[in-house]
Amino acid sequence: MKMLRSLVWYATSLVVCVVFLFPIYWIFAVSLKKPEEIFRSPPAWFPSEPQFNNFRVLFTEGDVWSIFNSLVISGSATVIAMLLGTLCAYGMVRFRIGGEHLSTFIIAQRLLPPIAIVFPLFLVYSQLGLADTYHGLILLYTAFALPFVIWMARGFLLEVPPELEEAALIDGCTRFGALWRVAVPMARNGLFATAVFAFIYSWNEFLFALIMTRNNVMTYTVQISNYFGPQSTFWAKIAAMSVLGTVPVLILVSVMQRYLVRGISLGAVKG
Amino acid sequence: MTTAQSSVFGRPFGAGRSVRPGFWYVAPAVFILILIGLLPIFWSIWVSLLNLTGSNRDGTFIGLRNYARIFSDEKLGWSLVRTLMIMAVALPIQLVLGMLLALHFQAEKPLKKLFVTLLVLPAVISPMVAGSMWRLMFDHKFGPVNQIISFFTEKPVVLLWTIRGDLPFWSIIITEVWQWTPFMFIILMAAISNVDRDQMNAAAIDGARPHQIFRHVVLPAIWPVLIIALLIRGLDLFRIFDSVWQLTRGGPGNRTETISVFMYIRGFQGFDTSYIAAVVVVLAVVLSAIVMLAVRRVGLDR
Repeated sequence: MKMLRSLVWYATSLVVCVVFLFPIYWIFAVSLKKPEEIFRSPPAWFPSEPQFNNFRVLFTEGDVWSIFNSLVISGSATVIAMLLGTLCAYGMVRFRIGGEHLSTFIIAQRLLPPIAIVFPLFLVYSQLGLADTYHGLILLYTAFALPFVIWMARGFLLEVPPELEEAALIDGCTRFGALWRVAVPMARNGLFATAVFAFIYSWNEFLFALIMTRNNVMTYTVQISNYFGPQSTFWAKIAAMSVLGTVPVLILVSVMQRYLVRGISLGAVKG
Repeated sequence: MTTAQSSVFGRPFGAGRSVRPGFWYVAPAVFILILIGLLPIFWSIWVSLLNLTGSNRDGTFIGLRNYARIFSDEKLGWSLVRTLMIMAVALPIQLVLGMLLALHFQAEKPLKKLFVTLLVLPAVISPMVAGSMWRLMFDHKFGPVNQIISFFTEKPVVLLWTIRGDLPFWSIIITEVWQWTPFMFIILMAAISNVDRDQMNAAAIDGARPHQIFRHVVLPAIWPVLIIALLIRGLDLFRIFDSVWQLTRGGPGNRTETISVFMYIRGFQGFDTSYIAAVVVVLAVVLSAIVMLAVRRVGLDR
């Protein structure tokens, strides 16, 4: 009886996993198929001769630059947002700057529709020549990542006992020294997880990039979207580019297991 | 080395006479948030009072006429209705499926961690990539969805998922449910495993049935988390763009245009600049009010 229940449990789990992972499997499978096999009806369940030519094309035709652009923009924005966001969170936690109004303002920034911000911002950006430049996009993505970073960092810094910093202050450490040498090392793991998730969210972003980038700094998500044309749709490239964009995320998430719940619930749930 | 650093960041910033201590810690981040997140909306107010379009780049002052247009714009109204419909259908499905999975995975089994890890993956993939994946899945000739349906119905089925009738709506729902059920699942699972085991055991000893324990012990305990998860997902669904754009581009016609898609098409392809600026202002004002109230109410800002 117990055996049977266990069996049912495993069977159910397996079915659910297959259903949820199938689309991911499919895009990987398509990316390995030969072009003529991609457009076979009915579709082949497995790539009959797996090959990496679809990926090679991305490199030879230069499409892979969009991955590089995503990396530069998301990476820089994450670093800046982590520095400013951790400082801000520290000010909020230890000095109670801004009180509840500031917390609400910051969390609301994460929840409001991005199109409402990016539409008027585009008008300003194109006037100032900031659209389709690295620095313009990095600034935008920094602002996009900041609410999340502040929010997460705030949660992790709240868990650092203030007594330790007070001891450091008495020993002649400055406030900033206390943050840098006591609080940050204590919250190290959490802050690292925050950076990883901030990077993933920026990496995954589409709407800002769609509006703000053209040829110079097009990100990989915009590149994929451009493969969908009214007449021709480049499935091989779509699949290969999606795989290139997804693999880093999958790797980062499997490293970040422990902080996953906190990362996706804005720190509301400590898993 | 550290003295140089601390003299910059420590004394003048921390102990400035004119500002509160800690002000300079918060200032840079808040400055960027105001610059990028808030000022554009004020700029939008100015633009919304003009009549800028693609062909009229100078624009003259026309007062509140763009705002008057909002209330007679049927297309905008329908995009709002559609967005709310996607929310109304997708959100409960995500919640119920996520809850069932969360309860299922309360069991302690050797391979549980692996299953959970695999199940979470959809929620961290780019929504834009998720939309592309499902666009390939739904293709009526080369995609596997019709193939799988044909297998079960035992006769060939050709459904034009992203093209015909109500199917585009359902293809969006399926994509959303696929991607965000794992979000609900992982949050609820964590919340349920934080519920006091003693209380659950005590209820069981007193003869409570599993559904009664769920209703009277588990549900009240996880309620705050559940509401926060619903708030985050609800607001994310309200601004849905990426997956819709990949699946249907708002089509056929404008039958799957959500608010964000409507604004994008009107603003960046129709160049109806001042009008969309007015929509931005209304949306920002109304939603900020709702978000602030909701955030305070559920205590997300604590």
